[in-house]
Amino acid sequence: MSETPERDVRFETLSGLPIQALYTPDDVTGSYAEKLGAPGEYPYTRGVYPTMYRGRLWTMRMFAGFGRPEDTNARFKYLLKEGQTGLSTAFDMPALMGYDADHPRARGEVGKEGVSISTLDDFERLFADIPLGDVTTSMTINCTASIALAMYLAVAEKQGVSWRRVGGTIQNDMLKEFIAQKEWICPPEPAVRIVTDMIEFTAAHAPRWNPVSISGYHIREAGSTAVQELAFTLADGLAYVEAALARGLDIDSFAPRLSFFFDVHNDFFEEIAKLRAARRLWARYMKERYGAKRPESMRLRTHTQTAGVSATAQQPLNNVARVAMQALAAVLGGAQSLHTNSYDETWALPTEDAVTVALRTQQIIAEETGAALTIDPLGGSYFVESLTDRMEAAAAGYIATIDRMGGMVAAIDEGYPQKEIADAAYRSQLMEDRREKITVGVNKYVMAEEKPIHFLKIDERVELEQIERTGRFKAARDMAKVERRLKQVADACRNGRNLMPVLVDAVKDYASLGEISDVYRQVFGLYREPIIF
Amino acid sequence: MTERSVRVVVAKPGLDGHDRGAKIVARALRDAGFEVIYTGLHQTPEQIVATAIQEDADAIGLSVLSGAHNYLFKRVLELLKEKGADDVAVFGGGIIPPEDIAALKAMGVKELFTPGTSTQDIVRFVREHIRAAV
Repeated sequence: MSETPERDVRFETLSGLPIQALYTPDDVTGSYAEKLGAPGEYPYTRGVYPTMYRGRLWTMRMFAGFGRPEDTNARFKYLLKEGQTGLSTAFDMPALMGYDADHPRARGEVGKEGVSISTLDDFERLFADIPLGDVTTSMTINCTASIALAMYLAVAEKQGVSWRRVGGTIQNDMLKEFIAQKEWICPPEPAVRIVTDMIEFTAAHAPRWNPVSISGYHIREAGSTAVQELAFTLADGLAYVEAALARGLDIDSFAPRLSFFFDVHNDFFEEIAKLRAARRLWARYMKERYGAKRPESMRLRTHTQTAGVSATAQQPLNNVARVAMQALAAVLGGAQSLHTNSYDETWALPTEDAVTVALRTQQIIAEETGAALTIDPLGGSYFVESLTDRMEAAAAGYIATIDRMGGMVAAIDEGYPQKEIADAAYRSQLMEDRREKITVGVNKYVMAEEKPIHFLKIDERVELEQIERTGRFKAARDMAKVERRLKQVADACRNGRNLMPVLVDAVKDYASLGEISDVYRQVFGLYREPIIF
Repeated sequence: MTERSVRVVVAKPGLDGHDRGAKIVARALRDAGFEVIYTGLHQTPEQIVATAIQEDADAIGLSVLSGAHNYLFKRVLELLKEKGADDVAVFGGGIIPPEDIAALKAMGVKELFTPGTSTQDIVRFVREHIRAAV
């Protein structure tokens, strides 16, 4: 029998973990009860719920937002009609950075990368005719999240929906902003204080709301490896837990509402192993380090999104295939909700046709492939279990390093995660340039002539109209009331009282997102990043 | 007089925080022997042009992934002209649709790189098209 020599490629995961030719029972350690356990039971490796997708499918949640509030409202209604089961809101850069549409710094960016929001008037248009007691809404917003949550609760109140019934998630993960996504107003300490206010407030008044979605997605998109994504995300989560405990909250009063958000990249098994390792690690930290008693406190529930960074501008239809496989990995990894990217997003915001294919991809996985018919189908695979163990150990190593630095806020001040990510991103780009890492259509199977695809164009008039309307609306307000409210916000910033009640009052009197952000800038000061490249 | 090396300001204009590409390009240009000044995030066109003039830069590389490229590139070109610094070459990259690329090049942007570009192509562009001022 002749032996074929192995192909001349790197036998390693996308994150650089070496892969053996074959995995056998010798590669799996520990007992079933200790390492895996039944789904819905500690340490939740096989899933956070006992029945998983046999009980309920994951939430198909497509991120949407562009133009004026009414443009996004129409897209929301379209997605709900097409069978989507939860809303997910993308805001434009001015809203994400704390500027109203009519601010000079907003020029060129109004409604471009998401929906434009300045006052409660915009929020009311955004959710017009959508009963907030019946849908759950995710909002991807961070340094201005406190203001967006106040506006959402104010709209619910106007619709006559009790805050206790309002369900959803606000991203509100400021630590990963300093690490990766880079949207900030004030420095880490006051930023974490605002996050903690929101954790405390929702635990008491909006118990179905997830006040923070601890996000690895942006860390990964910024260039980290899967192991770094896992480690930095959990370390961020531990920092929020520490902050809430320091506030005097009981672990079991807030931990059940901490939720997560991971990227799902191209390396199929590595991504599945990452999600399984994340659940096991989090459960152990909650139980062993913080003494959580309620099972809900130990369950890592996660949203997932296919990897934007894996999409190629070249031969964009190939992205449909990438997204399908990444989405399948998210499902086999036991995600609670999923956004599938559209194939045209390396060029522009997605068209309705492209979004529909992305949503249908999830529906095909759910209803045609059989992947959702049994729980954790890859559990017990020698390879997947071994990879899960290695991801867990490698991430725990990083977390121990961050613990020694004094936790994530201190590590960020030192530029540690930022440097790790920049290095990994550069390494990966060089591998791609040298064709040690293949991207189909980019550095292999390249086509000289490509057929153009159709893109979504946001009409420039949308921006001008929104700027004009915002200016007009703000000019017609009772400014004495607005000033009084802004002073109350400033006082709460200074005296350390929970900000959320005064924010709700302020937005109801139409204090704007930009004006409240100005208060944050004045009281807390602006963050300046260390320049690392 | 010895020839000094080409000096490039790599900048992130506007509010968008996606700096992966900008940092990789900055590092690749630095590794290729150019002098690189990276501005950091959230820069106004005014700040970027001021940096370029102050640093005596030969080129500005702008990275925009937020869809605001039409406004931001145009504004940087206008300001360079206003300050009499339009000998500074402007190039860039990001999420930029083909028709916008054509319009921006017609406006005076030297080159635009879209996702999937290798760092070697960017280094080659700077080497071949940007000259150090004397």
